[in-house]
Amino acid sequence: MASMTDFNAAKIARTAGGTRVDLVLVSQMVARGAKVLDVGCGDGELLHLLGESRDVDGRGIELSRAGVNECVAKGLAVIQGDADTDLGDYPDDAFDYVILSQTLQATRQPRVVLEHMLRIGRHAVVSFPNFGHWTVRLQLLFAGHMPQTDILPYSWYDTPNIHHCTIKDFVQLCNQIGVKIEKAVALNAWGSPLRLNAPWWFWNLFGEQGVFLLSRKASRPAD
Amino acid sequence: MCPGRTFVQAGFFYGLLSSGRGDLVREARFRMATEQSPRGDAAPDQGARDADNPRDSQIATFGADKPLKLDAGVSLSPFQIAYTTYGTLNADKSNAIMVCHALTGDQYVAQVHPVTRKNGWWETLIGPGKPIDPARYFVICPNVIGGCMGSSGPASTNPKTGKPWGLEFPVVTIRDMVRAQAMLLDQLGIDTLFAVVGGSMGGMQVLQWAASYPERVFAAVPIACATRHSAQNIAFHEVGRQAIMADPEWRGGRYNLEGTNPRRGLAVARMGAHITYLSDAALHRKFGRKFQDRENPTFSFDADFEVESYLRHQGITFVERFDANSYLYLTRAMDYFDLAADAGGTLANAFKGTPTRFCVISFTSDWLFPTSESRATVHALNAASARVSFAEIVTDKGHDAFLLDEPEMFGIVRGFLEGASRARGLTAKK
Repeated sequence: MASMTDFNAAKIARTAGGTRVDLVLVSQMVARGAKVLDVGCGDGELLHLLGESRDVDGRGIELSRAGVNECVAKGLAVIQGDADTDLGDYPDDAFDYVILSQTLQATRQPRVVLEHMLRIGRHAVVSFPNFGHWTVRLQLLFAGHMPQTDILPYSWYDTPNIHHCTIKDFVQLCNQIGVKIEKAVALNAWGSPLRLNAPWWFWNLFGEQGVFLLSRKASRPAD
Repeated sequence: MCPGRTFVQAGFFYGLLSSGRGDLVREARFRMATEQSPRGDAAPDQGARDADNPRDSQIATFGADKPLKLDAGVSLSPFQIAYTTYGTLNADKSNAIMVCHALTGDQYVAQVHPVTRKNGWWETLIGPGKPIDPARYFVICPNVIGGCMGSSGPASTNPKTGKPWGLEFPVVTIRDMVRAQAMLLDQLGIDTLFAVVGGSMGGMQVLQWAASYPERVFAAVPIACATRHSAQNIAFHEVGRQAIMADPEWRGGRYNLEGTNPRRGLAVARMGAHITYLSDAALHRKFGRKFQDRENPTFSFDADFEVESYLRHQGITFVERFDANSYLYLTRAMDYFDLAADAGGTLANAFKGTPTRFCVISFTSDWLFPTSESRATVHALNAASARVSFAEIVTDKGHDAFLLDEPEMFGIVRGFLEGASRARGLTAKK
């Protein structure tokens, strides 16, 4: 699982105030005062933002020890853990929102992680780099090498990102596991949301990142 | 104890230990335990005095109207708690931090120890400008029930007989210690602690505080500990207890009455335990296979190796300040500790609905209370929906790391307490 600390190293679109645009967008999908779990919370930038702007009761999980210790020293409630193995320890309905920001592609089992997120939380917010973006497609098509972009800066041999997907792939996975897409936004390379009424293919080609607000389709059957 | 600090003096103590004649194998064998330190025979008397009237310490007494109900099914009454405080309690009594000491600690957490003349055992963490700054917080550090520095324990005078309790003292548990501390808090007129902080056995008390009195603990910092004592840890403790009881001077626990002192047994217990507080890597780094003040082996059982000299020093200095029976009682209390068992078998139930915020800290090279134990605590707290932070700190210093200079730990404790104090309204929100 990659930490956001890695991701931060890339050139990411930021607001005038210095906050990452994608994080602002994620935070806007979270209701005020909600109880939130940020999976792969990195150095705690999103948790801090959520605390400041949405007054949430935020918790985090982060794989990198340095990230965790930095978060805790900032006063954030963060534990060291792995999305792939530790989400199973959380009880059902423990959170209003479970957030996976720029981490999905680095998990070993994205589908299992997503299912856990919607078991633990009533909502899930997932943001990920879109591997269907035209710059990615062109690099592979014409240059013939594994794509490297601002938000995917790694070489193929040292990337933590092992499960790339496109926006289209992600929508398909949601349909497959019966997840309701409450809201979806695609951001272009400058961090601006694309036209809302654009068709999926347009997003899949021109969206550099996808940000999805998900919920369970129906109440889960009592077990 | 700090290996780095104490080792400087080990050479000096080695002089006391060494016969200078390596061929006297028989004499050298247990020399370390029979030699007297510079304090000599004054120690037991002073020890007895400290057990009832510790120097540089405050004492809270609880009369017949306030018995301490023990898990063993009996009550302790009257009893007393020796404690120290630092800083000032604020007007709404919301800035109190209780610091719980470990097995061989005491209330001298941030001041010179009256027996050893060494600095307080946690002055790395507590003091002006430190993460727990008495300028901001009112720090309370009690000696545990069963201890030997002024709180009622086996070395204290049994009020019914006028003689030391010895093994007549009832067996106590971690929960009993915390129950007594809660009574101390009542007497001090403090309803809620801003935080409870402790490592090792102190960490067990922190967890017990959170489980027994969740409404009275705003924040909890259990460091290098577990919610139960493992079989391996119980086994180590049993070796230590057997070493004490095998010393003929122990006299069935009646040494205080018979004018003896099982120094040898207690020192061996300490030596064995001390190894578990370190790590293979730390021992190698500090001592390796280096000889102590000599070029070649003496072909004797003298302390040829630095590590032997160091351990003997640890043993000798320990018996000057600690009561052998107290060691039996406190190790027993740790052995009995099992929060899950107290909560019907499910650990999460021990913390169900807890309002306390937790900061759990472990160390990579701690094999006495390994990270896996802290992780189990964190899992249970998560399952109980508690607000929990957990950090594992990379160090090769072993279990004792919590007492040493670990800047990352200080940063985490400082940050956690800052965040909690904002939430508590002790400091203005940013």
